Amino acid sequence: MSATETILSLDHLSVRLPRGADRAHALADVSLQIASNEILCVVGESGSGKSMMANAIMRLLPNEVKIDGGNMMFEGRDLCAASAADMREVRGAGIAMIFQEPMTALNPLRTIGDQIAEMFSIHTDLSKAEISARVLALLADVRIPDPRVAAKAYPHELSGGQRQRAMIAMALALDPKLLIADEPTTALDVTTQAQILKLIRDLQQRRRTAVMFITHDFGVVAEIADRVVVMQHGVIVEQGTAADVLHRPQHAYTKQLIAAVPPLKAPPPRALAADNILTITDVSKTYRTGGFLGRGARVTPAVKDVSLSLPRGATLGIVGESGSGKSTLARCIVRLIDPDAGSIVLEGRDWAKLSREQVRRETRHIQMVFQDPFASLNPRRKAAELVAQGPIVHGTPRAQAIADAKELFALVGLDPSSGDRYPHEFSGGQRQRIGLARALALKPDVLVADEPVSALDVSVQAQVLKLLAELRQRLGLSIVFITHDLRVAAQICDLVAVMKDGAVVEHGLAAEVFGNPQHPYTQALLDSIPGGEFTREHETAAV
Amino acid sequence: MRILSLAGRRLAASLPTLVLILIGVFLLLQFAPGDTVDAMMAQMGGGDAATARELRKFYGLDLSIPAQLGNYLWRLVRLDLGFSSIYGKPVASVILERLPPTILLMTASLSFAFFFGLVFGVIAARGVNRWPDTLISTLGLIFYATPSFWFGLMAIVVFSVYLQWLPPGGFEDIGTVRTGIWRVFDIASHLVLPTLTLGLIFLAIYLRIMRASMLEVLNLDYVRTARAKGLDETRVVTRHVLRNALLPMVTLIGLQAGTMLGGSVVVESVFSLPGLGRLAYESVVQRDLNTLLGIVFVSALLVITVNFAVDLIYARLDPRIAAEG
Amino acid sequence: MDAVKRYFRSPAAVAGLLLLLVVIAMAISAGWFYPRDPLALAGRPLIWPFSNPRFLLGTDNSGRDIAAQIFYGARISLLIGGVATAIAILIGILVGAFAGYYGGWVDNLLMRITEAFQTLPNFVLLLVLVAVFGSTLTTVTIAVGVVSWPAPARLTRAEFLSLRNREFVQAGRTLGMKNLQLIFGEILPNALPPVIVYASVVMAVAILLESALAFLRLSDPNVASWGNLIGLGRDVLRVQWYVSAIPGIAILVTVLAVSLVGQGLNDALNPRLKSR
Repeated sequence: MSATETILSLDHLSVRLPRGADRAHALADVSLQIASNEILCVVGESGSGKSMMANAIMRLLPNEVKIDGGNMMFEGRDLCAASAADMREVRGAGIAMIFQEPMTALNPLRTIGDQIAEMFSIHTDLSKAEISARVLALLADVRIPDPRVAAKAYPHELSGGQRQRAMIAMALALDPKLLIADEPTTALDVTTQAQILKLIRDLQQRRRTAVMFITHDFGVVAEIADRVVVMQHGVIVEQGTAADVLHRPQHAYTKQLIAAVPPLKAPPPRALAADNILTITDVSKTYRTGGFLGRGARVTPAVKDVSLSLPRGATLGIVGESGSGKSTLARCIVRLIDPDAGSIVLEGRDWAKLSREQVRRETRHIQMVFQDPFASLNPRRKAAELVAQGPIVHGTPRAQAIADAKELFALVGLDPSSGDRYPHEFSGGQRQRIGLARALALKPDVLVADEPVSALDVSVQAQVLKLLAELRQRLGLSIVFITHDLRVAAQICDLVAVMKDGAVVEHGLAAEVFGNPQHPYTQALLDSIPGGEFTREHETAAV
Repeated sequence: MRILSLAGRRLAASLPTLVLILIGVFLLLQFAPGDTVDAMMAQMGGGDAATARELRKFYGLDLSIPAQLGNYLWRLVRLDLGFSSIYGKPVASVILERLPPTILLMTASLSFAFFFGLVFGVIAARGVNRWPDTLISTLGLIFYATPSFWFGLMAIVVFSVYLQWLPPGGFEDIGTVRTGIWRVFDIASHLVLPTLTLGLIFLAIYLRIMRASMLEVLNLDYVRTARAKGLDETRVVTRHVLRNALLPMVTLIGLQAGTMLGGSVVVESVFSLPGLGRLAYESVVQRDLNTLLGIVFVSALLVITVNFAVDLIYARLDPRIAAEG
Repeated sequence: MDAVKRYFRSPAAVAGLLLLLVVIAMAISAGWFYPRDPLALAGRPLIWPFSNPRFLLGTDNSGRDIAAQIFYGARISLLIGGVATAIAILIGILVGAFAGYYGGWVDNLLMRITEAFQTLPNFVLLLVLVAVFGSTLTTVTIAVGVVSWPAPARLTRAEFLSLRNREFVQAGRTLGMKNLQLIFGEILPNALPPVIVYASVVMAVAILLESALAFLRLSDPNVASWGNLIGLGRDVLRVQWYVSAIPGIAILVTVLAVSLVGQGLNDALNPRLKSR
């Protein structure tokens, strides 16, 4: 590498939180440097302080949070001591930032072109014509299809990936020395994520910008990082080159994070039962929205003629990106949504044809675990009550149901006496365990898990997946596992079905689908996994 | 054009609402003790049963209720609102005469309340939790709690009785006949106190909503993006916050249209303005149910019209609406 | 309970609560301070306040004690405000819950009706109701309640619309709960807080509506209400303006107190960043 200059250096930076927060400092004694023409990845779980650091550098901290030590040197100036006017010059022109949610990060009432042009009108004296030309050039640079149309479009008229490209165009408009990217791909689909990562790397190399890329995903780190900084609880626990940190991690936390990244190699296949407990045949669901007096309605086929089967005691994974129809299918299976056509045969009965009242009575046979640990538990009920609700509705006396609930708590690894607490007193991972216990309370034959670990931190994910595998073994559960993350599916599923636009494009044994994908979409999906090679090769404690 | 068709659709959807209101109120009025004929006879100073029967037959009041309802709706389509017993004129012409002062009053109050609500709401939000905010919010709360008719009375005491700056009531000076610009000034001076009175409560409401809306928007992500681009605070507010924060305010105009019309009943009574509101009061007191029904119809029409205008403005401001349509 | 602690941290909320307690105290103690009928003649008409120790707040056009009417008036305002609000909230919650939960034609029908009530100016509807049913205390209270239910209904419906697709409700359905159980056992307890807070707004408006009616001599003339007194004072506004001024201040204080308590409740139940 050629000689590089240090663009930004943080020296013993500390950021204080207001009284009542869970710790005294958001950042404690943080020191790091970013050189030009390199991508520095800042990795950490939620609450590690990584976003706080980005906000501190831009001096965009909330009012109650203050910098109380250290300095930040940028272009010979200490940003900690810079005046408001000075900071306004630096923002956008010297240091630019892109955010996680492109939908909310753009003003919904102004066109894309308008918002990009604003960068120029704030910091330069260019004429309107020149600015429009530059805006179009930028949009072409970030490879947005049809830049002229995009410039006149409003944010809601573009897709998530296109909005993020527009944000990148806006950030790079004035060729800043440093680009801070705060989890820019976390809210995007896997395939879109791969494209955006590639775009950022290309642009970085072409313009020789320094990039600080914040993420929680070690796969992303493997994909694009030159150097890595690992943060935990506001402190840097390890930093070094990518090769060093990924392959020779020193700190226990780093090792833990890397170990928690599920590898893409499926575990050796287990023997599967011969008979199917659940058979789905030609299930379809179409949504009709809008329309006035029956005309002009928007027709969206959410699920198109899906046929799958689940052998007894096995785990079937349904993988797809957002909009693939996997969640709709899951809800059709449990009859939260009524399918338009097709049959869902469980233990000889066709679920799709049962009446509402029959479904309500038979619902004990098939239960669901939900995605959001915060929204899936009624905040006003105690934990033990939540688990006991199902049996109580079906006739079990209350005392008995609560006693059973406490046993289930022990089964899922929670303290039985914590049944008297309310959901907000538990952590995200613990709440998912409560959700699991609730689903198991009715002793179902089939468990449908709708993205049960997607909202959890990486280290907690691994624990919950391990629990699922144990329960599967112990109780002989048959599981339908919905996820968008192929790596998670590889760990726990015997069979995998890949869905796109409502239809199943490929299905089979997990080892086969991952080892030898046939359909181009599956191949694209596997290729898009960030840090693919790293993920494929690293060993982890076998599930 | 999409905006027009969207608003047009909403307008068409409010037609059943209008019909529902009319049928509902019509049926309600059937329960009233005494009807139009009784009121007329009271005006005439009494009469015998035979005359009453004749009159009832003449006005179709002896038909069954569904038939009467049908008659009424049919006449309504032809904009025939019936006959007013107290004024001895068709209801439609009475209402038409009384409409201008009410519309003038409402427009003035709405403009006053909206404009100052916006300005003070923005000031309060910019200086949130410091003294400008506390002062404005406290005043807003007090205005909200003030009964409008009481404020009107007190305003008359202060400005008309003691200071003698403004007239205590009426629409214009009956004594002298003025024309042109002098007439405008005269009417304006008569409308100052009523506008202030009617506008006060709505000022408080708009103020509170604007402040809340501003604070809400100031916490949104795209404001953070604007700051990250290096925009100074004033431009952040004018270019990114204001238009977005205005949306709930615009919606509120539509929602409050009915309340404002209701408020004008009281204000017109306090200031003796010859408007629609006072007409409503008079028809209740004098049991002129035809006129009351006519006023119900016109009020509903007014509210629907205001909502239509609001829909147009909102769709113009927010490009997302046209997309969802 | 942190909500209670949060409530008491706001000086405005505490002030509102104190004012409200004063008004309630006035209402309860009216019988002790002024044991005679407040509408009975007590002295010479139009005595100025603070000029005669027997009539602290003076007397009105007919010679009735203003202070007595203020105390008894508190009963009327609180009574009407409370009962009308209860009626409005009850109807509103039922309509909003069923409309928001079931959707489809139930929602359409209920919303049309709600819209009808909202398109018609509420005071005009109040006038119609009074014209039809008369002006006794009972009918006025019910009328005010009937005129005020649309807004709580809309609020409840909005809450139900957002809550009915929450995962804990879906979980309840997969567990086999029936619709009514879901509506009243699972969703309603979570939807109630904003509606309860809104009840303070409804109460404030109810008190103002009734006093406006009383001012126009369309409410019950046989009770000592603040609005009645203001209406009475209009006749002597030029000189003895205090007859109208004093009850108006009473209304202002009461409505202010109710609003402050409502705001305090809102901030206590929905803790957000201070900048809000």
